[in-house]
Amino acid sequence: MMKNRQHIKWGFLFFFLPVVLWLFLLIVLPHLELLRLSFTKANTGKLTLDNYLAFFREPIYWLTFVRTAGYSILVTFLVMVISLPVSFYISKMVRGRMTGALMILILVPFWVSELIRVYGWMILLRESGILNHFLVTLGFFKEPVEMLYNDITMIMGLVYTSMLFMVVPVIGVMDDLDNSIIEAAYDLGASKIAIWRTIIIPHCASGLVNGGIIVFMLVLGSYLTPNLMGGKNSLWFTEQIYNQIILYFNWNQGAAFGFLLLALSSLIIWVLLKLTKQNLKEVVKK
Amino acid sequence: MESALSVQNVTKRFGDFTAVDQVSFEVEDGKFFSILGPSGCGKTTLLRMIAGFYKPDGGTLLFNGKNMDGVAPNKRPVNLVFQNLALFPMMNVHENIAFGLRRRGERGPEVDRKVRSLLERVGLPESGKKQISQLSGGQKQRIAIARCLIMEPTVLLLDEPLGALDAKLREHMKVELKTLQSQVGTTFVYITHDQSEAMVMSDTVAVMNNGHFEQIGTPQELYHEPKSSFVAQFVGNNNKLRVRLHRDAEGDTIARYSDRYDFKLAQKFEQSGLEDEYDLFIRPEAVIINPGEGRENFQTVPVDVTSILFDGGNSRLMVKPLGTEGELVVALPQTREYDSIRSGDRIQVGWDLNKTVCFKRSDWKLYDEE
Amino acid sequence: MIRSLPSSKRYRYGFTLFIILYFIFLFAPLVVTMILAFNDSMYPALPWQGFTLDWFFGKGPTKYGIFHDQTNLRSLFTSFKVAFSVMIVSTFLGTCAAFLFEQENFRFKGALYFLMIAPLVIPGVILGISILMFSNTIGLFIEDHLNIYVKFLGPGFPLVVLGQSSFISTIVALVVSARLKKFDRTLEEAAYNLGANKAEVLWFITLKYLRPSIIGGAAMAFLMSFENFNTTIFLVGSQATLPINMYMQVRDGSTPVINAISFLLILGTSIFAVINLSKGNKKIL
Repeated sequence: MMKNRQHIKWGFLFFFLPVVLWLFLLIVLPHLELLRLSFTKANTGKLTLDNYLAFFREPIYWLTFVRTAGYSILVTFLVMVISLPVSFYISKMVRGRMTGALMILILVPFWVSELIRVYGWMILLRESGILNHFLVTLGFFKEPVEMLYNDITMIMGLVYTSMLFMVVPVIGVMDDLDNSIIEAAYDLGASKIAIWRTIIIPHCASGLVNGGIIVFMLVLGSYLTPNLMGGKNSLWFTEQIYNQIILYFNWNQGAAFGFLLLALSSLIIWVLLKLTKQNLKEVVKK
Repeated sequence: MESALSVQNVTKRFGDFTAVDQVSFEVEDGKFFSILGPSGCGKTTLLRMIAGFYKPDGGTLLFNGKNMDGVAPNKRPVNLVFQNLALFPMMNVHENIAFGLRRRGERGPEVDRKVRSLLERVGLPESGKKQISQLSGGQKQRIAIARCLIMEPTVLLLDEPLGALDAKLREHMKVELKTLQSQVGTTFVYITHDQSEAMVMSDTVAVMNNGHFEQIGTPQELYHEPKSSFVAQFVGNNNKLRVRLHRDAEGDTIARYSDRYDFKLAQKFEQSGLEDEYDLFIRPEAVIINPGEGRENFQTVPVDVTSILFDGGNSRLMVKPLGTEGELVVALPQTREYDSIRSGDRIQVGWDLNKTVCFKRSDWKLYDEE
Repeated sequence: MIRSLPSSKRYRYGFTLFIILYFIFLFAPLVVTMILAFNDSMYPALPWQGFTLDWFFGKGPTKYGIFHDQTNLRSLFTSFKVAFSVMIVSTFLGTCAAFLFEQENFRFKGALYFLMIAPLVIPGVILGISILMFSNTIGLFIEDHLNIYVKFLGPGFPLVVLGQSSFISTIVALVVSARLKKFDRTLEEAAYNLGANKAEVLWFITLKYLRPSIIGGAAMAFLMSFENFNTTIFLVGSQATLPINMYMQVRDGSTPVINAISFLLILGTSIFAVINLSKGNKKIL
């Protein structure tokens, strides 16, 4: 082993340098630059708090921020509620081959790009959409109703686009739940509700949190779904960032917004991890 | 007296395969009853029917005389200790034991009192706050049993709960489980493929094979008076010699071995067609080394010693009857009387005719045969 | 409840109905999108005007099919170019990272590992703007001090590739790590023992063992890059990638040619997904 030390060192550098370059040039330094810009005045380069103060002065900014955070939490919760029974069905109620087939069926739509999925919902739900066409033809509605561009549709779209990231980890932990544990609870007199409450949900907690972190992060940072399915009043915080940078070309303001979004997502993920006594490494590894 | 558990002609089929075929037995209150059989013999299916997880295709199950037909598993006066114990990892020991009481709607200090008294009875009075992962294998065992006993079941079913333990601990738990059962007085129905577990702990053992019971009896009966070739092979160690039977001039049954030896049998065979293939069983400890002359009802054979397997109190001689390719295992008592025997020696061995049993050859093979 | 426990008919049927509804919810938008690609109408909507392949092969002047639609074809080509480059870059970086974190020990390993997984929980929008700002600052700096304009550092192809690789490399690293973790290192020792050198061991033993995961990771990198929108939107120059181009058409309203593109992409990704899944690559992340 001692004789090999020189070789090992070269091998180590071969792996080490690209990784360090990647992480510093593409992750660390850009974020430091983001932080620096958020504290500088446009054009002059002087230090200032104006960009952050603007956020608090303009209600449209901080209201959008709060709304985005609140809706992201709501979507995460809804996704958990839907994913539990779906995962349970796939993992525990159907037989082996059917499980594999359903698993593929669940995964396939999520390989398709988010844009196409959102587009699908648009042609289904808009005023001239498929659903309206059927409802009017069948006589349920007198005239078409705009079902797109409102908060409820937007939330449904966000649930749809992020669901997989909950279903997969929850099926993972559900598979680890030994059937005999459920049988034992049943044998000791537990009702269905009691089994769900005392056995299944506590067992799935880690999967729910892992999925919850990913879903929350995706929803919070999502742009396409709120932009295309939400209405004019359903402004999402990522749209504010987009507007500042692309439309108004106010990069310093955009940097401050970006940093606020990053801080919010880090904070909520940190709280979730602390609540469940996990750390990020374990979550990502699953 | 009414039986705690009465199983009458119970049958279970999976498609064309009959897993349990017309099985009947009774278990008296407070007894330790074991069902012993190789894997795939149907014992788990039978147990799951008693617990209510499978619905029998025929037959009747009675607990204390009450018919269990159509009674859901969680409504039966029976609880199951699972093979992997199935302790709830998301709860601590106390919550695990209290689980069943809580589901019945019991609340308050009474639950705590019951849990504590049960923890004392299983010898783990201070473990209530512990997590399941903090327990040793043997402790988990006791908690799993306590979790069921708190429900005060008529019958406690145990599905090979010692299977997951290592050999040393298993030896220890056998004794402990037996003691626990006699202390609490609950009827135990225990299934296992390990004949030693069944023999050590049980009042009564049922030997199961291919979906039916071969024999029900005390461990002693099964060992000394097996009623079938399967039981003779499965319960305890046994020498099996392939023999053909015929009658001699006096009308006694003679077993011919390797076309060379004629062994007299104490057993009487009435049926004709004695020339068929039979198996003669002799326990290793029934074979006496250098028996000497002048014993009644005794059969001696000259043999070559092929090897000596020293294993303390369990030492054995492997011997080959002269002029055959067969092999006999002979118990070698460590009394220093036989220390002079060496591999390759020619000696005499013999056995009391009453200590052999003979059955028509069955197709069944013990798993460690070639 | 589970299969071995009895449950009422109502419970079972209720549950099955829920699952059927779930799958309808899952597939409705995709199926509708695909069907309308064949509708002989100027709008991606009902009523059904008859079957046509014009949205694939139409040469104009009213209906330009995808195969004659220069803008979309160009963006499709750009996307392929980007995805291919990202695949190469992130497979290399990800595999290096997997080796670094699974097989080497060094100071600050924990901190560096944390940095590596951070991109997974940083919203893509933020990755995009931070890289844009950083490269812009460097560009300005070079221009001010050396008087050279570095085109490379402005929005455009190289920046898109780097921006996407910044987080896709992490995903490849996790996929490869998962397999490397199961690698029995005594195999390497056995190879050394038989006279192989470090490079030979790496090539003949370790990389050979990792091959399925590297291919799987590369495939995933390609797809993720091909579909990326959030990061790309800030880094893209004059050459739009397909998602960016489609986004503008979807937002402003378009002919069913978008459905035709979607049809091809759904078909492509589905085949890709089924192949990938049937090879046992169950992990999607």
